[in-house]
Amino acid sequence: MIRLGVPSKGRLMEQCFDWFAARGVRLSRAGSEREYAGRVEGAENVALVLLSAGEIPRELMAGRIHLGVTGTDLIREKLAGWRGHVEELAPMGFGHADLILAVPACWSDCETLDDFATIARDFRAEHGFRLRIATKYHRLVRAWLSAEEVADYQLVDSQGATEGTVANLTAEAIADITSSGETLRANHLKIIGEEPILRSQATLLRSLSAGDAAAVRDFAVRLGL
Amino acid sequence: MSKREKQAIGQQILAAFRAAGAEEVAPDILLEADTLLDLYGEDIRARAYVTQDPIRGEMMLRPDFTVPVVQMHMANGAEPARYCYLGEVFRKQDHGETRPEHPRDNEYLQAGFELFARDPEADAEVFALFHRILAPLKLRATMGDMDLLMDAVRALPLSGARRAALLHHIWRPRRFARLLARFAAPAEMRRFPESAAPWTGLRSPAEMQARIARLRADAAETPLPPQWVERLERLFAIGAPAPEALRQLRALAAEIPDIAAAVDRLERNLAALSARGIDVGAVHFDASHGRHTMEYYDGMTFSFAAAGREDWPPVASGGRYDALAAVLGQAQGRSIPAVGGIIRPGLVYELGGLA
Repeated sequence: MIRLGVPSKGRLMEQCFDWFAARGVRLSRAGSEREYAGRVEGAENVALVLLSAGEIPRELMAGRIHLGVTGTDLIREKLAGWRGHVEELAPMGFGHADLILAVPACWSDCETLDDFATIARDFRAEHGFRLRIATKYHRLVRAWLSAEEVADYQLVDSQGATEGTVANLTAEAIADITSSGETLRANHLKIIGEEPILRSQATLLRSLSAGDAAAVRDFAVRLGL
Repeated sequence: MSKREKQAIGQQILAAFRAAGAEEVAPDILLEADTLLDLYGEDIRARAYVTQDPIRGEMMLRPDFTVPVVQMHMANGAEPARYCYLGEVFRKQDHGETRPEHPRDNEYLQAGFELFARDPEADAEVFALFHRILAPLKLRATMGDMDLLMDAVRALPLSGARRAALLHHIWRPRRFARLLARFAAPAEMRRFPESAAPWTGLRSPAEMQARIARLRADAAETPLPPQWVERLERLFAIGAPAPEALRQLRALAAEIPDIAAAVDRLERNLAALSARGIDVGAVHFDASHGRHTMEYYDGMTFSFAAAGREDWPPVASGGRYDALAAVLGQAQGRSIPAVGGIIRPGLVYELGGLA
């Protein structure tokens, strides 16, 4: 039996169900809205497991599910050496979001990452501590800033309402996922740099440790992959 | 079983350090994260194990010995002082996208020696000590000198702000190269469109205005003449057996007179090494060596690497870190030049030991 992990809530779950339906596999919740078991029609020997999107990377790595749907951002943030644990089978064309670096919109002298690097250096000299970037994507942001040779900053953890940290004076900048940029604007922040840190979208992934390779391949073929 | 053998090799190295006059010290394994983060920056968080203590706050498992040894010396050390130590350091290995076939150890031994002294022969003393201990392994010795590079940058005909920016980023080669290219081109007058957004965050409008004023002043700067860029690039590219490198540096000092003092120092250092029986012709001098090492080295840097083991870190490395010692001595109002280095007994073991 192949175990397929899909986000258990909201729009992401519905879009997932649509994506599979368009390929002839009907997924649905079994029973009530509150039950996290699922039904699969149109494919043999496939079980649906509804999971929090954030847990899907871990479950894939552990091999407890054969296939899973989650964002590229979560895979890359949560699984060190991810290429050794999962294979990307298909980008699914929804759940688009960019991981970006944003600063106060009032900083009219800050347009590029080079500006940001200089401002960080000035800030540290002026305030005696490193400029703070609030984020929950620690590994991705640190690796990116390190590759871009930005110094003089520190990351502070923010698991939610990250856009509010600047006004609350607990951070000077934020690195977070955004799709429309509306929350950023509402909090008087702007994105800097031409390219985001990462472009993310919902992706169907295969666990490299879950086994049953032939059955998984058959199912992938069934999906037209 | 190899752990015990590595420990034995560490003890052997430690004995050699003690014989060289060092007092053995045993710094804590749990260190306050704040100090390390402030010195090394966010990158250390990717490498060091961070843990939380309800009373002491964020703590780190010792990622290296330099900071605790310097702190200990500043708190109660008489000068000159020589310290040695042997113990584990702990490093996370974040592999990014792909896990390597042979990941490195997350905990391994370091045997180290640190010298706090105003003695002009201190560099030679430390280098010669490491050279002597490691001699049986026939490693490739490389030396660099951050002083030379920083003196050359200070000699550039640039505004103080431009010089300071270059010096700040000397350890970040691409950022440094971009800055240098920008300073060599005609400055562009940038526009700073007033934002309609309300002010938010801790950075003040005055701080922004100060930077804008600096950028406006900078736009009036004359470009750095190309021969200076070219001289700097030539200096950074020098890599040769030490006596030959010294000749090239001497020639370059005719064009960059401000490095003459640093070249003299290097010459004295090499003479002191020869006097200690080292064949300096077998020491490779790489002018940019220190740019790829830890940011805190600001004078001589050195490393000893095993031939044919390019995927290994150096078996031993070290250098001078006067600025770091000064920062850590601030609270006590103390400052003392410092130079030191570490050997990895685990790699010495892999190479068959010192016997």
